[in-house]
Amino acid sequence: MSQYEAVIGLEVHVELKTNTKIFCNSSTEFGAEPNHHICPVCLGLPGVLPVVNKKVVEYAIKAGLALNCKIASFSKFDRKNYYYPDLPKNYQISQYDLPIAEHGYLDINVGGKEKRIGITRVHMEEDAGKLIHQGTIATTPFSLVDYNRTGVPLIEIVSEPDMRSAEEAIAYLEKLKAIIQYTGVSDCKMQEGSLRCDANISVRPAGQQELGTKTELKNMNSFKALHKALAYEIERQIEVLEDGGKITQETRTWDEARGVTLTMRSKEEAHDYRYFPDPDLVPLVISEEWVKEIQYAIPELPDQRKERFVRELGLPDYDAEVLTSAKELADFYEQCVKIYNNPKVISNWIMGDMLKMMNAGGLEIKDVRVKPEQLAKLLQLIDNGTISGKIAKNVFEEMFNSGMDPEIIVREKGLVQISDEGLIEKVVRQVVEANPKSVDDYKNGKKQALGFLVGQVMKLTKGKANPGMVNKMLSDMLDN
Amino acid sequence: MISLKDVEHVALLARLELNEEEKEIYTKQLSDILEHARKLQDLDTTGIQPTAHVLPIKNVFREDKAGEHLPVEKVLANAPEKQDHYFKVPKIV
Repeated sequence: MSQYEAVIGLEVHVELKTNTKIFCNSSTEFGAEPNHHICPVCLGLPGVLPVVNKKVVEYAIKAGLALNCKIASFSKFDRKNYYYPDLPKNYQISQYDLPIAEHGYLDINVGGKEKRIGITRVHMEEDAGKLIHQGTIATTPFSLVDYNRTGVPLIEIVSEPDMRSAEEAIAYLEKLKAIIQYTGVSDCKMQEGSLRCDANISVRPAGQQELGTKTELKNMNSFKALHKALAYEIERQIEVLEDGGKITQETRTWDEARGVTLTMRSKEEAHDYRYFPDPDLVPLVISEEWVKEIQYAIPELPDQRKERFVRELGLPDYDAEVLTSAKELADFYEQCVKIYNNPKVISNWIMGDMLKMMNAGGLEIKDVRVKPEQLAKLLQLIDNGTISGKIAKNVFEEMFNSGMDPEIIVREKGLVQISDEGLIEKVVRQVVEANPKSVDDYKNGKKQALGFLVGQVMKLTKGKANPGMVNKMLSDMLDN
Repeated sequence: MISLKDVEHVALLARLELNEEEKEIYTKQLSDILEHARKLQDLDTTGIQPTAHVLPIKNVFREDKAGEHLPVEKVLANAPEKQDHYFKVPKIV
């Protein structure tokens, strides 16, 4: 079997975090009663006039700059015509030939290899309403429409077909999400739909220049789903070609429950959108001063922050990459470092215990009840000998679940480390007497027997004995 | 020249149902209109920017401040069918 390579490009829609919609002053707030955030502009009633929200243009420019794009000095809105009940006007206001930003890129790192992914364009458009089907779209007898989301501002970010594997596509989307979150123009929540991703994907025999026929994948609502859908589709296309078949250019939907991509019955002649300039909206002329002003307001982005963590805090590349992957996580980390000046130790706790517990609970950093000061306090308790490192893990788990201060947990659960020499000696003698075989083993050169004896002491003291003292006392006793 | 097929295509895109007689009339009328508009192509437009808007206006913005919403009864007043507070539409695919 010959080798194939995949060619993937992503189209990502991001909802902008403005107070009001893109062309009218209706609220964008999530979760309102159906059809309650609606005005005549949202409905496209006769005689209404859409007027663009300045914040939307500002945010789109900000996102474009953060993605290394060139910002257009002249830009306009166009009508994209199609019949579908998710938009009451039968067209969507979008941008066609003069998008707000073009020719950008972002850098990804997969398996230690840096790669630059091109960004074709960033354009502004209005979101569509939400259709509620009874069961599936194919079997529903009718659908219900909620137009609250109609007119919520979106930017669409189109990548070049530069990705060659599902892993690269995931890395691109993760980096894109991080960058957009850092700029503050969107919260990029895939579950709430404020970040949505479609993929264009084809395969070709390795070495071939010409692109294969592509399919478009939709309906991937999480990173996991995107990964699985791409992996499935790559396999499917290779199989079709290996069997001597041809790929049909079509839109396919990811069926999460069955783990397959399926042909979506395409909207007939769907790609004849007959774009034309929207006469209701006047062109945008973007001044260099405005772009500069927005550029100044862009905070430190993930790549720069990662570099700084490596340079100033001496973190390994990998730690810095993980910690800067979300702004809130990096903020949390830096807060800790300010209070407790041992960057690598903090990194180990966050990347080990904390991220593990977050992943297990499906939590994001903002859901975490532990405060940076509390983690710093816990580490100080280890340093000053109040608790052992081992006990600290349990205390952290308790902090994570309850949000309580480590000192209170240590006091209430009686976890204070035993450093009283007399007390430890008593237990050590007890263990030595009870385990003559291990003692003999140790004396006969089986040094690992010491570990067992230490473990017995820890067990009897419920993990509270100072491990350093136990170790020293035991070896002193046995060596003499 | 516009063909009968072109007329059928744009009629479908615009969701218009035309009978055979109408198709013929519109084929001729649309051809005449396009023929008339084609005269514009005789003009020399070298160095002239495409028109984005007919009025010499740019940068009309509104501030990001929330305003009034319509009461839901009014929102749904023109809906041929509704259910609860939703527009009810026929099966889509």
